[in-house]
Amino acid sequence: MSAALLIEQLLNGLQFGVMLFLMAAGLTLIFGVMGLINLAHGSLYMIGAFAAAAVAGWTGSFWLALMGALMAAAMIGALVEMVVIRRLYDRDHLDQVLATFALILIFSEGTRFFFGSLPLYLDTPDLLSGPTMLPGGIEYSKYRLFIIAVGLAVGAGLFWLIARTRIGIQIRAGEADREMIAALGVDIRKLYTLVFALGAALAGLAGAMIGPIQSVEVGMGEPVLILAFVVIVIGGIGSIKGAFVGALLVGLTDTLGRIMLPQLFGLFMDASSATTVGASLASMTIYILMAGILLFKPSGLFGGQS
Amino acid sequence: MKLKTLALAGLMASTSSMALADGVSIGMITTLSGGGAGLGIDVRDGFMLAIEQSGRDDIEMIIEDDERAPDRAVQLADRMIQSDDVDIMTGIIWSNLAMAVIPSATAQGVFYLSPNAGPSQLAGPGCHENYFNVAWQNDGLHEAAGAYANTAGYSNSFILAPNYPAGRDALTGYQRMFEGDVAEEVYTQLGQTDYAAEISQIRNSGADSVYFFLPGGMGIAFVRQYAESGVDIPLIGPAFSFDQGILGAVGEAALGVHNTSQWSQDLDNPTNVAFVEAFQAEYGRLPSLYASQGFDTANLILSAMEVAHPDDADAFRAALEAANFDSTRGDFAFGPNHHPIQDIYVREVVMQGDVLTNVVVGTALEDHGDAYADQCQM
Repeated sequence: MSAALLIEQLLNGLQFGVMLFLMAAGLTLIFGVMGLINLAHGSLYMIGAFAAAAVAGWTGSFWLALMGALMAAAMIGALVEMVVIRRLYDRDHLDQVLATFALILIFSEGTRFFFGSLPLYLDTPDLLSGPTMLPGGIEYSKYRLFIIAVGLAVGAGLFWLIARTRIGIQIRAGEADREMIAALGVDIRKLYTLVFALGAALAGLAGAMIGPIQSVEVGMGEPVLILAFVVIVIGGIGSIKGAFVGALLVGLTDTLGRIMLPQLFGLFMDASSATTVGASLASMTIYILMAGILLFKPSGLFGGQS
Repeated sequence: MKLKTLALAGLMASTSSMALADGVSIGMITTLSGGGAGLGIDVRDGFMLAIEQSGRDDIEMIIEDDERAPDRAVQLADRMIQSDDVDIMTGIIWSNLAMAVIPSATAQGVFYLSPNAGPSQLAGPGCHENYFNVAWQNDGLHEAAGAYANTAGYSNSFILAPNYPAGRDALTGYQRMFEGDVAEEVYTQLGQTDYAAEISQIRNSGADSVYFFLPGGMGIAFVRQYAESGVDIPLIGPAFSFDQGILGAVGEAALGVHNTSQWSQDLDNPTNVAFVEAFQAEYGRLPSLYASQGFDTANLILSAMEVAHPDDADAFRAALEAANFDSTRGDFAFGPNHHPIQDIYVREVVMQGDVLTNVVVGTALEDHGDAYADQCQM
């Protein structure tokens, strides 16, 4: 494999990784701070994508669509937290799984009701369409570079928020001991709504950004949700740093596995069975990675020893 | 008390057998949601257009969405066969679902007419007297594409398909006819939506052509991302990669691309002209090849129903084999394994008014059957 191809594939893996990070960050915060398993996180990703498609349809502007997606996902997230999720904090995980699974069904059917079941498409903005030349003669899609940049910027912003701001201190305190922080006079209900809306907004942003690359359709969130769960289990539940490292690991493993495994099997098998076996095994690599990491670090790479 | 129940049971039995003797019930399992929805919706709409045009009110349709999930399709099929008592089944789009449903359905005495999937397993040793494929054996359009690539002068192709029965049939079919080299053979996941890794491989492969089989949403995602990536190696595909549904979503990126199909909206025969016009009037969009396949399937069923009721299995089967209906493809006949023998055309994507569509520019293979017919023993 040439160096140019390898770098291109690393960029592909990085782009996939930062997408997963946007999903996983919200999921891990919500699980870490509120102890809530939120299966409906994938629906918020879908809502972001549909909101972006709708706003782009009305205004024709990609940037407005991105803002619209962020706001719609955050608002629906806050609303869902106040109406449904709030009642689930004291229940056990099975109740949470059941209730949030019901939310998936409601959101999916609701979206189908309003938008129909045919996929929608978003256009890349002119500024970002087409390829660009990177140093070293590597051609790469501008839009994918944009996704990487946004993902890294959001990651940096989150670290700053968690480590340096008052809200961040409250979030970390909420993770450590929620009774104590309530006793100290922090309005824990408001904090929970805020964290949930933040997670929802990140998922919505991820959905809106993926719209121009893929299709916007009902049920698009669930495959990503499964990967996001893999990411937070690998990274350690509740840890933003873990979500970041885990997301990049999963993104790179998946992308590189897809191209390298068939070639690896080609060394000792005939070409056509090598490609089929390689392709089948490539879809398992991230789960093998997860199993391997959990074997040595049962609570994930950056998980607390709870 | 006992007598009453018996009488009631007798009454129920007689009414249900009366309903059976009068009408025909058809179960359609197809994909109506998710990334493959466009295909199922077109098959259904084409099928229902023919049923409506026939004016018959003795046909009971049961239409269900399989969501492209094999387990869901099996569940629906069991229900249709065991409790709805359907005579004929049809509708499945995807070969992996077809493999899960068709063998057990035909074994239970139901007729199955495939409006789309044509896995090689069911054309060869696994063929069945009650299974008819009205569309094509999976390899057919890909064989034609291989033949077209030879005449177009390509000598080194990068080939790409999803890892499921039809995907493997596709690349086998292409290589059966293509005389050049294969730069790389790549299988992706069924339903995959991001092709960045594969497009990077294509860019670095040194191929002079890319052959890809990605039906439905997969094809839309691939062509859009391919156009974005700036790779300019020419694309060739079967009709599935450039059907009417994909063209609308892909836009001008597809202009000028060649693809192979057994049908095209501009085929000049009276049945097809009337079909295209009626479909547009009814649904407000151009039909795709899937719609034409659904339409042909329904018309074949209707033609056989003129001769015999499906309960009279031997007569009904003989009527299906005769294929005595007007196909949108012009000539149509079944081979010995109940798969079509037909012409396969080369089409080009053009802009007609402000709509992208395909027009026929040549014939790739004439009266083409399939490679598995002699392995079939009925």
